[in-house]
Amino acid sequence: MLEINNLHVEVDGKPILKGLSLSVPAGEVHAIMGPNGSGKSTLANVVAGKDGYEVTEGSITYDGKDLLEMDPEERAREGVFLAFQYPVEIPGVNNTYFLRESLNAIRKHRDEEEVDAIDFLDLVQEKAEAVGLKDKLLERSVNAGFSGGEKKRNEVFQMAVLEPRLAVLDETDSGLDIDALRTVADGVNRLRKPDNAFLVITHYQRLLDHIVPDVVHVLQDGRIVKTGGKELALELEKEGYADLA
Amino acid sequence: MSDAVKELAEREYRYGFTTDLDEDRVPPGLNEDVIRIISQKKGEPEWLLEWRLDAYRAWLKMREPTWARVEYPPIDFQAITYYSAPKSASEGPKSLDEVDPEILEMYEKLGISLVEQKRLQGIPLTEEEQGASRVAVDAVIDSVSVATTFKEELEKQGIIFCSFGEAVQDHPELVRKYLGTVVPTTDNFYAALNSAVFTDGSFCYIPKGVRCPMELSTYFRINAAGTGQFERTLLIADEGSYVSYLEGCTAPQRDENQLHAAVVELVAHEDAEIKYSTVQNWYPGDKDGKGGIYNFVTKRGLCEGDRSKISWTQVETGSAITWKYPSCILKGDDSQGEFYSVALTTNKQQADTGTKMVHIGRNTRSTIISKGISAGESQNTYRGQVKILPGAEGARNYSQCDSLLIGADCGAHTFPFIDVRNPTAQMEHEATTSKVGEDQIFYCQQRGLSEQDAVNLIVNGFCKSVFRQLPMEFTVEAQNLLNLKLEGAVG
Repeated sequence: MLEINNLHVEVDGKPILKGLSLSVPAGEVHAIMGPNGSGKSTLANVVAGKDGYEVTEGSITYDGKDLLEMDPEERAREGVFLAFQYPVEIPGVNNTYFLRESLNAIRKHRDEEEVDAIDFLDLVQEKAEAVGLKDKLLERSVNAGFSGGEKKRNEVFQMAVLEPRLAVLDETDSGLDIDALRTVADGVNRLRKPDNAFLVITHYQRLLDHIVPDVVHVLQDGRIVKTGGKELALELEKEGYADLA
Repeated sequence: MSDAVKELAEREYRYGFTTDLDEDRVPPGLNEDVIRIISQKKGEPEWLLEWRLDAYRAWLKMREPTWARVEYPPIDFQAITYYSAPKSASEGPKSLDEVDPEILEMYEKLGISLVEQKRLQGIPLTEEEQGASRVAVDAVIDSVSVATTFKEELEKQGIIFCSFGEAVQDHPELVRKYLGTVVPTTDNFYAALNSAVFTDGSFCYIPKGVRCPMELSTYFRINAAGTGQFERTLLIADEGSYVSYLEGCTAPQRDENQLHAAVVELVAHEDAEIKYSTVQNWYPGDKDGKGGIYNFVTKRGLCEGDRSKISWTQVETGSAITWKYPSCILKGDDSQGEFYSVALTTNKQQADTGTKMVHIGRNTRSTIISKGISAGESQNTYRGQVKILPGAEGARNYSQCDSLLIGADCGAHTFPFIDVRNPTAQMEHEATTSKVGEDQIFYCQQRGLSEQDAVNLIVNGFCKSVFRQLPMEFTVEAQNLLNLKLEGAVG
């Protein structure tokens, strides 16, 4: 589903990714682990299409299409979802309203009818409960005044409603206590299907106790330096990243 | 008197009164005779003519204010025509082909019919179109009968709502009692000019204990097209009454008069409440700001009685230059003043707007919420004054002034003045300036929204606390207007 080939990316002229290659087939969960500054968030942002990241070499294809040719909103409408490491606040914009606009933009792209208001409310209630998002947060402005944990839950909640084909989770575990971590992981696990894929970016192994990956990649200095099964994560936890260099 | 003004005054007198009264327009320029013509044309009583002349004499000694943060070439007040009967067709564009295509595009998006577009632009209608227009309007909202029904219903309750000219004829005692009591003729340069030469406007009186059963907007929007460049509005809410009044129109309006100097006076007696909402979308000029309206308005409300309340809500999106400070004089004990404002400037627009809250009575309260949005190369200024006089025991004010910037070439400025002369007063002032963040836009895009939709969403969210104050049926219209104005403001 996602094919990244020899990807080189610069930020302000400074090389961050230096020949990264990665292949995530449908139905799989891949974890990207790596120390701070290895390029994990850069990878997430490049896949989502954020400005300021210059691809100097290499390619990203998604479902056979050239992802780098697409605007960020087009990628989103095609089913690429990024759970942000630092979700932004949008004061004055109702959280539920925002999500409905989002869902309708995606549905419109697929030539589907806009979602009915009542149906949408039912859907929202169900998913909010599933990820443990408090009702009152649905009525608040997008992420405004949310705690760190609430913001992360809100990301997973949005993902649950939008049902993306490729979800990139950028350090979704950071700042979560163990209970929150478990609900977030449950939310992800429920979405696992044969026709969608996950790229889980994390610094720590503990998230992977709950979201068990099919493949673990170690990212270091802009390249994948090691790839293995779920046991690789445990190994890293024990040995640290230093030994891999 | 400065030499220049003296010369001007002398020059006027040299020409003297030469115009035939039967003419429907007087030549450009301003002198006492022009004022006499206006007054005579309107069939006004002697006292009103004297009142105008006093204003004119005061105006001659006044200078244009220069403290506002706006720039424009000097206005030649002698080049303006101060009285003309309904505009002749030859002055305006003759067909829609002559109208700024961007305006037409906007009409299209607001869903305004071709005939209505022509009317707004002052293009003469063919007989056929006039017929069609009547039929169309009748079919949709049945304007004539609706208006009549309204008028009957209002009269039944003793509410007077008519043009200013009619009020002078039919209710001279009320006009004489209240005119100029809130905005004196000598208040400021433009108010003095307006007092001398105003030609019409609206008058409204709500009797004791009456709650006006409808938004006066509906009626107003059907009836009061083209009230002119020196508009005068006087609105009185007698004891215990309530009225909600809406002026303006979301459709961009063209006017060959570049200078607009209106005066609005509100009086709220004991326990009365006035809610005054404005949506302003005058022609802002082309992309370079050429040809736009200069909107220099004086709006003030007097909370005369105890426990009275005046609330101003404005959505300012048009005009090349806006100079406007709807204010409240809180004279009655426990009276309240409110000011909610959204001012959006794009391209080369300049807005200097805000409010004044003068606390005189005990336990008076005021709230100011101002949201300024600047895009393009525009300049957007909030200027506010909160004054607590020595007698205003226990007065309270809350002010919040937020500015939102879109792009790197615009400016937002905030000038709050606070003057407290009673130690028991409580003042709160909050101000923020933020940019529509790339991170916010990217977040929305990552959820499938286009960049433009993202900006609209963020700006509407920013303005929410003000939009909430608008009459309900107008909130959506105001949001759409803002979205249209923002088109192309990013990227």
